Amino acid sequence: MAEYKIQTPLTAEVVKKLKIGDKVLLSGVIYGARDAAHKRILDGLAKGEKVPFDVEGSVIYYVGPSPARPGKVIGAAGPTTAYRMDAYAPKMMELGMRGMIAKGKRNDAVKDAMKKHFVAYFGATGGAGALINKCIKKAEVVAYEDLGPEALRRMEVSDFPLVVVGDCYGGDLYAEGRKQWEGKS
Amino acid sequence: MRVIEAAKVTEAVRALAMEKAYKLSGDVLRAFDEGEKKEKSETGKEIFRQIKENAEIAAQGEVPYCQDCGMAVIFAEIGKDLRVDGNLEAAIQEGVRRGYTEGYLRKSVLGDPLRRKNTGDNTPAVIHYSIGEGDKLKLTFGAKGGGSENMSRLAMLKPSDGEEGVKNFVVETVSIGGANACPPLVLGVGIGGNFEKVAEIAKKAALRSPDKRNPDPYYAAMEEELKARCNKLGIGPMGLGGVVTVLAVNIEVFPCHLVALPVAVNVNCHADRHGEIVL
Repeated sequence: MAEYKIQTPLTAEVVKKLKIGDKVLLSGVIYGARDAAHKRILDGLAKGEKVPFDVEGSVIYYVGPSPARPGKVIGAAGPTTAYRMDAYAPKMMELGMRGMIAKGKRNDAVKDAMKKHFVAYFGATGGAGALINKCIKKAEVVAYEDLGPEALRRMEVSDFPLVVVGDCYGGDLYAEGRKQWEGKS
Repeated sequence: MRVIEAAKVTEAVRALAMEKAYKLSGDVLRAFDEGEKKEKSETGKEIFRQIKENAEIAAQGEVPYCQDCGMAVIFAEIGKDLRVDGNLEAAIQEGVRRGYTEGYLRKSVLGDPLRRKNTGDNTPAVIHYSIGEGDKLKLTFGAKGGGSENMSRLAMLKPSDGEEGVKNFVVETVSIGGANACPPLVLGVGIGGNFEKVAEIAKKAALRSPDKRNPDPYYAAMEEELKARCNKLGIGPMGLGGVVTVLAVNIEVFPCHLVALPVAVNVNCHADRHGEIVL
């Protein structure tokens, strides 16, 4: 298990190095979007609208932060459960998204698309909303402000601690980790 | 007949909502310490370190423990010799509204399940009322996260499924959804009652302290056995593998119909935000 410091946007070359279990400190611009924002992006595309950010090489963080206190960048900002975005993720990969940050298991369609498009799935610690807050240096809503916590956000992060939970070779840490410890106490 | 003002209820609920989002209680923090000691996977230990550090940062009161500040659930036990001067329901809802707004907590409640427009103040809370002895009002508050709630299950088993059937259903629930529910988990298990009662007592169990066992030794032993079985699944902290998947299994039971054996598992994540106050 290797450790990497990685800068966004991601390239296929970087993603190919990553294997499940690797630790990553991610820095740069990432985009926060979850259920409702994904639906808006893809509904918009169907109507001929453009995606409201540069998808090529992008990393999307499935997050719905709590409100920022006055003078603060953001509130608690831990990951949400990824499977709810499984319906949208393959299309986002086709558009150029290269990384996803969230938590929890993915379906086979997502794993297949990750292999096809060289995409990595990073796990952040669910519920660690206050801890992750410290890594977010800047945050602004770039679209769908009416969605509140579900609006599309541009964030600048510094050394965001992540674990590679899905790689572009079909590796799945949720399956492998469990296999390793099943039956033990 | 003792009388309390509705405004006192509002204030108590407001304070609970704000405090619980930032400060996990001592019983939960002790369960983290214990879990960290028991965990053998290095990744799992690291997760425990992270959630403990997260708890420390959140306790400073600037950033909530988790961005999902939950849907508020309140069990209100009203003494028969107490009268609330005003509208108890409205007083509780107002407390939730103020707590989530003034506390900079995320508003996660939608006014309609299909049309999905946010109510903007995290109301309504789900409130369960009961009448008991005495002249006090006991409020048990929970801020219940949505991700773990989604991994909860209910089954109307047959009486012939028996104790083993109930236990298998609990373990199966963790096996299917545990990794997605932000483990280490606290499981609230309801056994008995009818269709709606079993879910209600499962919620009550989920809001019980992880270090309080069922007073009936038969069910206390089942809680320990289920905890051991769930922890052998290998799911581990955050589902990345390990020997600590659940911190506690809390069982609540209720009488049931002779043809029935209802069971419900209400999954709670490590953001186990529960508290009570007696007015």
